[in-house]
Amino acid sequence: MQYLAKHYKKALVLTLPFLLAACGDDDTREVIVEVEVPAEIPDPVPVSYDVTVTNLTNGQPVSPPAVVLHSEGTLWEVGAVASVELERIAEVGDSADFLTLGDASAGGVGPITPGDSQTISVTINDITDANLTIAAMLGNTNDAFTGINSWSLANLEVGATYTTVRPAYDAGTEANTESAATVPGPAANGEGFSPSRDDTGFISMHPGVVSSDDGLSTSALTVEHKFDNPVIRIQITRTE
Amino acid sequence: MKRFNKISAAALLAFASQQSFAADITVEIQNLTHGLYFTPIAAVAHTADASLFEVGEAASTELQMMAEGGSLDGIATIGTAIGADVIANPAGGLLAPTMSTSADLMTADDNVVLSVVAMILPSNDGFIGLDNWEIPTEAGTYTVFINAYDAGTEANDELRGSGEPGMAGMPVPPPLDPLLGNGGTGVAGADTNTTVHIHRGNIGDDSLTEGASDVDNAVHRWLNPVAKVTVTVR
Repeated sequence: MQYLAKHYKKALVLTLPFLLAACGDDDTREVIVEVEVPAEIPDPVPVSYDVTVTNLTNGQPVSPPAVVLHSEGTLWEVGAVASVELERIAEVGDSADFLTLGDASAGGVGPITPGDSQTISVTINDITDANLTIAAMLGNTNDAFTGINSWSLANLEVGATYTTVRPAYDAGTEANTESAATVPGPAANGEGFSPSRDDTGFISMHPGVVSSDDGLSTSALTVEHKFDNPVIRIQITRTE
Repeated sequence: MKRFNKISAAALLAFASQQSFAADITVEIQNLTHGLYFTPIAAVAHTADASLFEVGEAASTELQMMAEGGSLDGIATIGTAIGADVIANPAGGLLAPTMSTSADLMTADDNVVLSVVAMILPSNDGFIGLDNWEIPTEAGTYTVFINAYDAGTEANDELRGSGEPGMAGMPVPPPLDPLLGNGGTGVAGADTNTTVHIHRGNIGDDSLTEGASDVDNAVHRWLNPVAKVTVTVR
């Protein structure tokens, strides 16, 4: 935000009367010389956050969370059609494409197992009112994900922490068959991302997994993989 | 003494104006679920001493009509009786999964709280409920996430049936008809808790032709919250 739009200022507009000796006349001309001198570039001021994600479920690994800072709009929301970038997170936990969205981003390293947490640091220069979006898959599902949608960081002072718990969402891109062929997590090791879409088409709250123990005979999941809301806790601390 | 009376009268007036202020609001309701439909929605601004439902108390017959069959007739009767300002059926029918609907409302001076109800389908007597939420007096946009309740008036058998109050089974309007099974044997008997309570959810099953339930367990379950209410106060 502190960046100047241009790092060069126009300067030194000179008017120089001078004599053209070769002509011998008292001929005076005006010449305008425009030169560019570099203006001072202010040092960027880093604004950094530590984002700690804790897995609150019994048996759902949380894929490496994508943490993205952006200025406006939403990267996902209930009622919207999932982007392909989000679909890749929700169906297989691959955040590489999602991390290219926004103005600054950072991804987690490795899945977060139940009960475990992971802290991800993200830095943006000069901007103190970015919006924070997070997305991560619940691994033992077809297309469940969790996260936070465009939460404003404008009021988070240095040293302050905001804590919230978040529910499970359904990307609406893959039917919740829970079959061994379609669940990529360790419970089934099935297929991950599939470009075809065969579900509602819209992001919604997740209805939960049924599991074979609870009446879906073709499910690769058991009662171990059931969850209720909330599924993760997010703590955001502004560190500088 | 006279002066004292004046001051207390002024204080009383200030208090009263804070407590009862006509409001110009927009109420938006979004269905957050993956596979549930909401029947026609009622958003009702009313006095703080009235209510459409109370957790832990038996449902009125008017609420029962709404929760078992989606009819707003009873809610309209209550609304008239309590001098409420009512938004009725803003979606013009069923509100499909993840869809939103909204309407404007001018509230009368004493109608300072908002309640929202609509039946959830498929269910026997499930409904979304916002109960006596205080309408803020400060202009702004406010968001409330709301849960699914069970009216406690009908057995959750999860079978195709009737939307009439007191009649067993679930009403099945057209968009749900092809999604539900047939020939279920019935999931549950009468509720243990016959007062209004948080809904335990659908159990469903994975057969469209047999099993205990006519509900599809991979489509028609839910986790709370089920709806988002966004109120804009001007």
